[in-house]
Amino acid sequence: MSNLCTLFLSFFKIGAFTFGGGLAMIPLIQKEACEKHRWVDEDEISDIVSISESTPGPIAVNAATFIGYRVSGFWGALAATFGVVLPSFVIISIISALLSMNYDLRVINYAFFGIRAGVIAILFQALYKMYKKSPKGIFAYLLMAGAFVVVVVCKVNVFLTIIGCAILGLIYSALVSRRGKHDLS
Amino acid sequence: MIYLDLFLTFFKIGAFTFGGGYAMIALIQSEVLAKGWAAQTEVINYVALSESTPGPLAINAATFVGTKVGGVPGAVVATLGVVLPSFIVILIVAKVFTKFKESFVIKGIMSGIKPAVVGLIGTAIFTSIMAIINSIFGGEAVTLSPALICSVVIFVIAGGLELKKVHPIAIIVVSAVLGIVCGYAGWI
Repeated sequence: MSNLCTLFLSFFKIGAFTFGGGLAMIPLIQKEACEKHRWVDEDEISDIVSISESTPGPIAVNAATFIGYRVSGFWGALAATFGVVLPSFVIISIISALLSMNYDLRVINYAFFGIRAGVIAILFQALYKMYKKSPKGIFAYLLMAGAFVVVVVCKVNVFLTIIGCAILGLIYSALVSRRGKHDLS
Repeated sequence: MIYLDLFLTFFKIGAFTFGGGYAMIALIQSEVLAKGWAAQTEVINYVALSESTPGPLAINAATFVGTKVGGVPGAVVATLGVVLPSFIVILIVAKVFTKFKESFVIKGIMSGIKPAVVGLIGTAIFTSIMAIINSIFGGEAVTLSPALICSVVIFVIAGGLELKKVHPIAIIVVSAVLGIVCGYAGWI
C-alpha cells in the first residue's frame, strides 16, 4: 500500500512540475525514480525513453506506466499513471472554466492574437527537433514530403497517413536488409 | 452520445501519437475540426496554453477539448481516452521488453513513422498559418494589413527568442504582451 502511495505522489510531482511535456520530464523522472527511490537504474531510464519513442502516447504516461508496473505490477502502473495525469487535468479544468467566463474580454483576445503568432515559432522548433530524431536519406525525405502533401493537398486522413508510412517503412526495411544479406553472400 | 464520441476520438488520437505531444497536433486539428468541437484558432490557443501549463501536451489538449464539449465529465472521458492506449501498450511491452526492443518489425515501422511525424508537424504549421490568415481577413483578399504585419513581427520575435534558447513559457508570455500592445494600438 505504501508503495502505491509513494508511486502516486512521486508521479504527481513529476506531472505538476514538467512544462513542455515529453522529454523535458526525463531529468525529473531520473531524479525521482533512480536517485531517490531506486525503482529503476540509469540504463532502464534510457530504455524507457527508447520504448516511449516507439510506442504511441505521451512519454510521461509511458514512463509512469512502465515504472509503476516494475515496482508494483498493474496497480502500481495505475497509481503512477493516475498521479502523472492528475495535475494537468486539474489545472486545465480550472483554466478552461476561467476562459469560458472571460473569453470575450478584449484584452484576452488581443493576448491570444499575439500568442497564436508566437506558437508558430514554437512549432517550427518542434519540427526541427523531430527532424533531428528522424532517420535521414532519400526514403525518409520522401516520406516527410509525402506525408505533408497527401494531408494538405490530397486531404487524406491523418491516421491513414501514419498507417501508410508505417507499412512503407516496414517494406523498405525488409528490402534493405534482404539486399544487405545478398551482398554478403 | 457525446461522451462515447469524445472517448473514442481521443482513444484514437492517443493510439496514433508517436514521439509525444507535437506529433498529435495534426491529429487533434483534423479530428476536432471534423466534429465541429472547436474552431481552428481555438486549437492553436489550446496548444499555446498546453505549452504554458505543466503536464503532457496530450493530456492538456484532451482536457481542454473535453471540458469545452462536455464539461467536467467530458474532460474525464477525453483524458481517459487519450491515456488508455499507451497504458495498455506499455503494460504489454513491460512484459516482453527485450524482445520488443530488438524487434525487426518495430524498427521497420518506426523508420516509416518518424519521418511521417516530421511531415505531419509540417501540416500542423501550415494549417495553423492558414487559420491565422483566415482569422485576420475572414476569407477576403489577403493584403499587407497592420494585423498581418503584427503577426509576422511577433512570429519573428518569438523565433529570435527561441534561437536564444528562451523558455517556451517566456516566449508565449512575450507574444501575449505584444498582442495586447498591438491590440490597444488599434492595429488588429
